[in-house]
Amino acid sequence: MADVMKKATRDSYGESLAALADKYPNLVVLDADLAAATKTGVFKKACPERFFDCGIAEANMMGVAAGLATTGKIPFASTFAMFAAGRAFEIVRNSIGYPHLNVKIGATHAGISVGEDGATHQCNEDIALMRTIPGMTIINPADDIEARAAVEAAINFDGPVYLRFGRLAAPIFNDPENYKFELGKGITLKDGKDVTIIATGLMVSEALEAAKMLENDGINARIINIHTIKPLDKDIVCKAAAETSLIVTVEEHSVIGGLGSAVAEAVTECTPVPVVKIGVNDEYGHSGPAVDLLKEFGLCADNIAATVKKAVAERK
Amino acid sequence: MDATTKKQLQTTACKVRMGVIEGTFNAKSGHPGGSLSISDLLTYLYFAKMHVDPAQPEMADRDRLVLSKGHCAPALYAVLAERGFFSADELKSLRHIGAMLQGHPCIHIPGVDMSSGSLGQGISAACGMALSGKLDNAAYKVYTVLGDGEIEEGQVWEAAMFAAHYKLDNLVAIVDNNGLQIDGAIDDVCSPYPITDKFEAFGWHVITMDGHDFDSIEAAFNEAETIVGKPVAIVQKSVKGKGVSFMENQVGWHGKAPNKDEYEQAMAELNAQLSELEG
Repeated sequence: MADVMKKATRDSYGESLAALADKYPNLVVLDADLAAATKTGVFKKACPERFFDCGIAEANMMGVAAGLATTGKIPFASTFAMFAAGRAFEIVRNSIGYPHLNVKIGATHAGISVGEDGATHQCNEDIALMRTIPGMTIINPADDIEARAAVEAAINFDGPVYLRFGRLAAPIFNDPENYKFELGKGITLKDGKDVTIIATGLMVSEALEAAKMLENDGINARIINIHTIKPLDKDIVCKAAAETSLIVTVEEHSVIGGLGSAVAEAVTECTPVPVVKIGVNDEYGHSGPAVDLLKEFGLCADNIAATVKKAVAERK
Repeated sequence: MDATTKKQLQTTACKVRMGVIEGTFNAKSGHPGGSLSISDLLTYLYFAKMHVDPAQPEMADRDRLVLSKGHCAPALYAVLAERGFFSADELKSLRHIGAMLQGHPCIHIPGVDMSSGSLGQGISAACGMALSGKLDNAAYKVYTVLGDGEIEEGQVWEAAMFAAHYKLDNLVAIVDNNGLQIDGAIDDVCSPYPITDKFEAFGWHVITMDGHDFDSIEAAFNEAETIVGKPVAIVQKSVKGKGVSFMENQVGWHGKAPNKDEYEQAMAELNAQLSELEG
């Protein structure tokens, strides 16, 4: 994969907001002194009259977004995932979720791939937190193509949406010509009969790599990309459970409450099969280069392949 | 303010207070004290100030009010019912299962502009509404009512900073300074004083008024209209439990419903006030 193009989904986020500014005159963007990092600065440059910096005050920013939404604006409120889902959780819950307002939360720097900043800024809990809010839609795009499509889909969807973007450049694997984003619909990237790997976000390209390694070992893995974690595409998950009888989930997030939990909850209700969860194991991250951290925490193709191999062997 | 208008407002406010007692008595819970301290304020806003239409609660150019001290929903509901947004009978099922009137304001109730009640959050939503008005060059005003205890929440000051920074002169925040919060007197619990100086330091134009004197209330809102380039904070001196003798200035009536005897006594007092006003 030497020549694969890479781009961080936070860049896709900022660029797509700017690109969509003219098409959607009600689109407004808020940030909390991180516009240069979340990339909403790109929108600010293109459309300064609809960009509002709230300063380092995430709680107020979420409330302001809620107020804007009551008047028909489509606000995107941006900050790091740690502060959007963590610090501002209760405001998101009570001022956005409960009144079901049309606010889009653009949360960047999710997961341990934040890297050197360390544990205080590596949010591995945001999906879990947002999943508990009734009516919240959660999208975790896997690459540039998907991230751009997700932003426009969120604009066209009436209701609160949490969008999760990453800091680390991610391989662009979706085909821009044929890619179609459907909110709430998983995508089967590769068919397979022995096991299903369900991945989200940055881990989707790693899962695709792992599938190639597994083919060499004679394991035919199905790969499903779940970009919308809530509402979860239960049909594609339950079909995979029925047809492959083993599921391995992969996410750059805690194994508690995220994709793996959502998949396990769905599977136990339709077709109970083993669900092996790969993610951050109930621990904090720490400082280091993102790619090294991902390897250390097992969030890489090698570990996915090894884990799948072991799970397949144990099943037999 | 002319004598007729004042008497009409006093009469309406008295009926609103009866609604507060009716609601909290039937709910067997709720917050009468702080509801009674803002009954005159809300009556003035909804009957003498705000551009609203009960037949079109979602009207785009309406003035908006966010009850940031959302636990005082009984007063808001009583005012909205009196103004014709819904039947006063709804007050009798306040907080009941299946009822429209939730324990704290809910945006789906006709006339309620924002869900609120988790303290400190309403003022931020009000800032968002005011910001949107500025963006659209809309004429509407946004009012938000805060408790004096509520301003201990840090988010209030994030919002205060934001409103001044974006010169939201279409925003008026009223702080209900009745001096009491659940755990006692606000200056004993964790003092937010000096309130006026704080808002001034945050770049607001600050006005003080007597929250139970319609002349004072009118003068304050008239002054607020003249302010350009700054948000306005009106700090109203008020009496928690105002209008019901045994509830006045009693911290215990922050979040307790009257029992049957207390309900009857409160209603008798309010009926006497009403007879005097109407007589």
